Amino acid sequence: MRYEAPTSVEAATELLAGGKPEARVLAGGTDILVQMHMDAIAPELLVDIKNISEMRQIESLDDGYRFGAAVTGVELMDHANFCRTWPGVMDGVKLIGSLQVRGRATVAGNVCNASPAADSVPALIAAGAIATIAGPNGRRDIPVEDIGTGPGKTSLENGEILVSFFLAKARPSSGGAYQRFTPRTEMDIAIVGVGIDLTLGDDGVCTHARVALGAVAEKALLVEEAAATLIGTKVDEQALDNLAAAASAACRPIDDKRGTKEYRIEVAGVLARRVAAIALSRAKSAREK
Amino acid sequence: MSKHHITTTINGDEVDFLCETSQTLLDVLRDELHLTGTKEGCATGDCGACSVSLDGVLVCSCLVLGVETGGKKIETIEGMADGDELHPLQRKFVEHVALQCGICTPGLLVAARSLLAKNPDPTEEEVRFGLAGNLCRCTGYQNIVNAVLDAAAEMRGA
Ligand SMILES: Cc1cc2nc3c(=O)[nH]c(=O)nc-3n(C[C@H](O)[C@H](O)[C@H](O)COP(=O)(O)OP(=O)(O)OC[C@H]3O[C@@H](n4cnc5c(N)ncnc54)[C@H](O)[C@@H]3O)c2cc1C
Ligand code: FES
Ligand code: FES
Repeated sequence: MRYEAPTSVEAATELLAGGKPEARVLAGGTDILVQMHMDAIAPELLVDIKNISEMRQIESLDDGYRFGAAVTGVELMDHANFCRTWPGVMDGVKLIGSLQVRGRATVAGNVCNASPAADSVPALIAAGAIATIAGPNGRRDIPVEDIGTGPGKTSLENGEILVSFFLAKARPSSGGAYQRFTPRTEMDIAIVGVGIDLTLGDDGVCTHARVALGAVAEKALLVEEAAATLIGTKVDEQALDNLAAAASAACRPIDDKRGTKEYRIEVAGVLARRVAAIALSRAKSAREK
Repeated sequence: MSKHHITTTINGDEVDFLCETSQTLLDVLRDELHLTGTKEGCATGDCGACSVSLDGVLVCSCLVLGVETGGKKIETIEGMADGDELHPLQRKFVEHVALQCGICTPGLLVAARSLLAKNPDPTEEEVRFGLAGNLCRCTGYQNIVNAVLDAAAEMRGA
């Protein structure tokens, strides 16, 4: 197994596009090293992206935030202003493993590992995060919901690499939240995850919402029908009932040892209500500021 | 296949080693450098027995490759005591009987030191969250939490 640690995105994509079938990007390694240990993968080439300075930055820009694909969970948690601005995204990031795991793990690795239960993914989708992808043919921007296509599978082409995420400046009076449901409280895999972002108008009526569900399908889902139940309402009891029904209706889960299909469908609705209530209270407190 | 030649700083000393790409930092510490204080409980990031600090960040050494550590500063349990003088955390672990079999202890001590470096005056809840990545099958955690809180108080001079 070869190891390379290029210092530019172009050098990294060149290495990956070299035609080796078993070439892998190595970010934090918290999925890859486990998969290698379990003999689930046997890459011939590892391309470590942690020496690429563009991929290590967290930048506050006039129109939003951009953070690199090699930024770790702990680096985001230590960035007070990012945490204040994007509490919903951080709800997801903070759930990735232990402190030790987050000391290495990246959000891009969480997205590109493409587990349907990855905790940062519904939170990023709800926040409207855009990923910048670089490859042999240059760069393109795609929404995070278009990256995962199924367990362990992404829409990235051969030689492509996720460079950074962009989060457009949060609207005034908006708030986001993510929660997951697990059999244990820590260090477990979600049986349902829900991310919701919503924006309130001056009259307290929801003007914009995004709802994303994790672990209830082959990939994280952006559920427009669920968002539609909130828009135009004050996110009252009736709206929350409709949200729960729409979230449950969107699920197409599997049965496994963590939960049955019926259970996941039921929990998705319950959790969506709870997450919407948190997002609402964050949006209200953003409005008071 | 040729091995990688890596230079790091371990517990303040410059250290050179050779490793295969597939060897983790945990493998290197234990098998190449014979620093066996760092333990392997699972090799998959779950138990925290292999915790070390890497450039000041707490990590599982089983989830880091040896080749990734060139030019980095690594701190392991071997660097914790000052000669025969135990670190306050080590002393308090003994006083509070915060260990039984001891497999989890080096990792817990390294994690606790990292926690107190960031937060010298943690609440009990903060200690429990801070050490959540370290599993102990023997003690039930209470004595560990007590030892860390007591050491923190002593280290603050309280
Ligand atoms: C003990 C333990 C507990 C965990 N708990 C959770 C949990 O609760 N929730 C959760 O969601 N996850 C959890 N994980 C999984 C893992 O930590 C996360 O998925 C993490 O975010 C992966 O990031 P990484 O940087 O370590 O990825 P890596 O392991 O470096 O990479 C993961 C995959 O993505 C690819 N990749 C990485 N970066 C890029 C890029 N920039 N462009 C293209 N491809 C890329 C890699 O080639 C690889 O296939 C846990 C892992 C462990 C070991
Ligand atoms: S041996 Fe590394 S976490 Fe268990
Ligand atoms: S003392 Fe035995 S595992 Fe902790």
